[in-house]
Amino acid sequence: MSKKRIATVSLAGCFGCHTSFLDIDERLIDLLQLVEFDRSPLNDLKRFTRRCDIGLIEGGCCNEENVHTLQAFRRNCDILVAMGQCAIMGGLPVMRNAIMHSADPLRECLETAYQHSERVYNPSNQIPNDPALPLVLDKVYCLTDVVQIDYQIPGCPPSAETLWQFLSALVTGQPLALEYQQVKYD
Amino acid sequence: MNQTFEFTLDGRVIRAERGQSIMQAADGAGVYIPRLCDVEGLEPEGSCRVCTVKVNGRFAAACTQPAEAGAVVESETAEINHHRRMLVQMLFHEGNHLCPICEASGNCELQAMAYRLGIHQPTRFPYLQPVRPMDASHPDIMLDYNRCIRCGRCIRASADVDGKHIFDFVGRGINKQIGIDADYLAETAASLDDLTFSPGLCPVGCILRKGQGFATPIGQRRFDQEPIGSDIERKREEPA
Ligand code: SF4
Ligand code: SF4
Ligand code: SF4
Ligand code: FES
Repeated sequence: MSKKRIATVSLAGCFGCHTSFLDIDERLIDLLQLVEFDRSPLNDLKRFTRRCDIGLIEGGCCNEENVHTLQAFRRNCDILVAMGQCAIMGGLPVMRNAIMHSADPLRECLETAYQHSERVYNPSNQIPNDPALPLVLDKVYCLTDVVQIDYQIPGCPPSAETLWQFLSALVTGQPLALEYQQVKYD
Repeated sequence: MNQTFEFTLDGRVIRAERGQSIMQAADGAGVYIPRLCDVEGLEPEGSCRVCTVKVNGRFAAACTQPAEAGAVVESETAEINHHRRMLVQMLFHEGNHLCPICEASGNCELQAMAYRLGIHQPTRFPYLQPVRPMDASHPDIMLDYNRCIRCGRCIRASADVDGKHIFDFVGRGINKQIGIDADYLAETAASLDDLTFSPGLCPVGCILRKGQGFATPIGQRRFDQEPIGSDIERKREEPA
């Protein structure tokens, strides 16, 4: 059986899902019998080298670059997997969308972070606007708002065991049977 | 005099007493029918429709539908569980359910129902992300309306048991919300001694007691190890 090719990325996430993935520990060696990694922060490859079977995505979209990256994953991967609550429903970053009770949540968020808070020292009083910074979106979008997603692995983060079982079932074409205790939204 | 009779639920013979709902009779027989708005000790309301079953081929809410002799009731079928999944998914999409930061996580009936129904795949529904307030005015109790599923349990508990009528529904359609009889909870007669504010009365993390969040370690919370409904299902295994 030829090895499956996996790409992974962290968009608007905290890297907790990738860290959980690393927590599968020595089973990574077993996994490497079945898969090889393409673009991923795990090997620091920043671009796709070729088409992949599986794209694992952590985090939702909070800026323009996230959207472009996600679209590149959709173009380059046969199966896209939303890994963790941020990817599935926006997770913690999504709190800026509605819970702030502002007509203009993004502006209020940036002003609080860079201008109005008592704990901010910012003599220029500028909100960072260097062209190198990706454009922040009006709100945080979950992955299904932007592209078609094939699978979701819930959890914040999903446990290493859950990620391991999910991936080994997916790459070997076995049905996925998670224990009750493994599916968690927190 | 008790009159008992029988009906079948998913092919199993259930003994019921006159006046019992399908759900009460099923509970007594150790067969769990999923539910969200119904809770022991309050009048059933029949509003969430998660307990929908088919009675002689017609849909009915098991919590309000009286059991009838000879009825053929279906509950755990692919069709009905599909409807239940859709209902529960819609509740997640309609409110703001950020389980990782919710104090009710692990003890929450909505989340537990989602686990039980195996909800972990993408849906076609958008997340509506409504803008809803929080009310932290009361010294002991906090309300986070982002998580309210409008089950009406607080309304029934406060009116029928506590006799205070603190809660009621306001608005219509998608704007229907839970409301209180003052601007802020601190201005109501709300007290920790009320059934309304007792743990578990609100199935989700909308009504919270202050100063005790995240008290139970992960792994020991109400639904960490066993699916919701296991307590009822265990009755079936116990020798009669
Ligand atoms: S789901 Fe949780 S662990 Fe994963 S990126 Fe989001 S916050 Fe981090
Ligand atoms: S109320 Fe339940 S479903 Fe909603 S966020 Fe809290 S734990 Fe999750
Ligand atoms: S506050 Fe809780 S008990 Fe009251 S309607 Fe909302 S979810 Fe139900
Ligand atoms: S439990 Fe019967 S309708 Fe809600």
